[in-house]
Amino acid sequence: MPRRTMIEAIRDAMDVSMERDEKVVVFGEDVGFFGGVFRCTQGLQAKYGKSRCFDAPINESGIVGSAIGMAAYGLKPCVEIQFADYMYPAYDQLTQEAARLRYRSNGDFTCPIVVRMPTGGGIFGGQTHSQSPEALFTHVSGLKTVVPSNPHDAKGLLIAAIEDPDPVIFLEPKRLYNGPFDGHHDRPVTPWSKHELGEVADGHYIVPLGKAAIRRAGSAVTVLAYGTMVYVAQAAAEETGIDAEIVDLRTLLPLDLDTIVASVKKTGRCVVVHEATLTSGFGAELVALVQENCFYHLEGPVARVAGWDTPYPHAQEWDYFPGPARVGRALTETLEA
Amino acid sequence: MADAGMLRFHVPEPEVRPGGTPDFSNVTIAAAGSVPRPEIDVDPRIIRDMAFSIIRVLNRAGEAVGPWAGLLSDEELLEGLRHMMTLRTFDARMQMAQRQGKTSFYMQHLGEEAVSCAFRKALAPGDMNFPTYRQAGLLIADGYPMVTMMNQIYSNEADPLKGRQLPIMYSSKEHGFFSISGNLATQYIQAVGWAMASAISNDSRIAAAWIGDGSTAESDFHSALVFASTYKAPVVLNVVNNQWAISTFQGIARGGAGTFAARGLGFGIPALRVDGNDYLAVHAVAKWAAERARSNLGPTLVEYVTYRAGAHSSSDDPSAYRPKTESDAWPLGDPVVRLKNHLIRLGVWSEERHKQAEAEILDTVIAAQKEAESHGTLHAGGKPSTRDMFEGLYAEMPPHLRRQRQQAGV
Repeated sequence: MPRRTMIEAIRDAMDVSMERDEKVVVFGEDVGFFGGVFRCTQGLQAKYGKSRCFDAPINESGIVGSAIGMAAYGLKPCVEIQFADYMYPAYDQLTQEAARLRYRSNGDFTCPIVVRMPTGGGIFGGQTHSQSPEALFTHVSGLKTVVPSNPHDAKGLLIAAIEDPDPVIFLEPKRLYNGPFDGHHDRPVTPWSKHELGEVADGHYIVPLGKAAIRRAGSAVTVLAYGTMVYVAQAAAEETGIDAEIVDLRTLLPLDLDTIVASVKKTGRCVVVHEATLTSGFGAELVALVQENCFYHLEGPVARVAGWDTPYPHAQEWDYFPGPARVGRALTETLEA
Repeated sequence: MADAGMLRFHVPEPEVRPGGTPDFSNVTIAAAGSVPRPEIDVDPRIIRDMAFSIIRVLNRAGEAVGPWAGLLSDEELLEGLRHMMTLRTFDARMQMAQRQGKTSFYMQHLGEEAVSCAFRKALAPGDMNFPTYRQAGLLIADGYPMVTMMNQIYSNEADPLKGRQLPIMYSSKEHGFFSISGNLATQYIQAVGWAMASAISNDSRIAAAWIGDGSTAESDFHSALVFASTYKAPVVLNVVNNQWAISTFQGIARGGAGTFAARGLGFGIPALRVDGNDYLAVHAVAKWAAERARSNLGPTLVEYVTYRAGAHSSSDDPSAYRPKTESDAWPLGDPVVRLKNHLIRLGVWSEERHKQAEAEILDTVIAAQKEAESHGTLHAGGKPSTRDMFEGLYAEMPPHLRRQRQQAGV
């Protein structure tokens, strides 16, 4: 099976979707002729023409707002916000319009759009190239929120998102674009070509939204993670020797609660890990759900490892990014609790 | 430099406040028939002046004059009069229903009836409007059932939106009326996107965007103009300048300079300014802009100069911020009276027939109201089910909502 980077897998997902359905259109800043600042749309304009893949003005609200209008017309726009950090001007359109169009019109109009945005830190991106704003989307009724962690899932989830009849926020951890990353920034990066999840089948397949994947089976503690933190958690388990079960959530909303609950009931312990800031982050929702659904199976408090409650700094990158040492400590403490 | 030194902060003020005498002497109004009617493929640079004038057809004597006249038959004009009268009567009844506690909220169109009623007749089947909350004339003029509108206003068991939406936030794809949102200006860029999609699909349908004077200050107004201009989208960009955004006069959004139409010029979008209380002028300009869009010539910005004669909403009291008699002093008059006088002048209408029509329309609206109220009002009779609250958010209900619906006991 061919191996692809996450960038290639994402591009392939759009290619497959555009080939299969002429209603799929792709646009955003630098997305057309140039093929995107991360090369995720490279070649699509040449292959499908400027009507299907084109450059947009630098106006996030305009990109999402026009996509909503296109969706109301009957197209299936898959648009890009260059960095998740720059989605805020589009937040009104995403939360008040895209999320609610079906509901408020009782199905008279719908909004089958996908909004792709590179997310996450670990790249010396500083304050506005590193944010993880997923909690700002999972809090919004009517949106679906997806965070893939590998090329195979990225392609399957993106095709599923494009085919989904409702608006999907598709957060792409840019730290994972070229290879998995476990937080050991001092070691050379392994490319996806050397990783089994870099195997990406040609043609059409989907990874269903709302289904988690168990990346490492274990019995001692459940780790709930997504995006880059999946690899950090794996490294932490290996380095501490703790038999952790690592659940890659893949879709944050709708959430695969069944898989989470089954795992925590088995292990009796749980650590939640994300890059985003701690307070009111998505981890709080996960902890609450575990507490509500697994209380009598828990043998200790549910721990959270997250970004600190500060803006994402530049020089202090590795003091901020929750690396394997911090996650490992949380695993150890949870077992000792 | 006399002003050098201490800086002074500028906040625009309307000419007159409550207790004062209304004064519109600053409003320059072109004579009816004086503005030329260019070809639709005119070079936009040649017609820049039109963004600062006012296209008018009906003169003081009630005659239709000039190059924008003569597009509508007597029958079409009589129909237009009926639509405006129906909207006005509908408004009055629903405003009263709100005062009687049958619904929580209402917004009237008083004085602005010509804008949406006449515009609708310039569109073709399949075209899509992206209206604000003050264009119900688009529905009335397209034959959308008043009973259904009232069911929505009453949030009753027959409400097509299942009680989820605030009154007057209608939606009808079938009638080319996009779902209304409470968030101002969002629909303006969506209309441009819809028009882009029509062009991408090599369709022949066009979109119409709607916004008020106050909301042009929102950033989505700018987004829409950029996108419409960049992609030459087949859209008519309508700005309804009724002089007021709740309590703020239009100078707060406009900064006291230029016109709203002139905003289009910086984007290379041809811009026309029209007498919003002149049914014939609104229709003629709308038709011109729609033809431009349909002929692949791109967007047109149209500013309708009108006056919000009523309160902003049923929750508003305009006497707190503007003179009570200001609407009487408005130099462009009342759209219903002006069309009525024109039709009388044409010899196809009379004061007697007008009175009779008023009575007939009132009967029709009351009959619709009775029918709607048989399905319930906000606090009495049939209402949408609690189950409806959970339905329809996603195409398929996700597990967490199913659990919550269960918890709610429905």
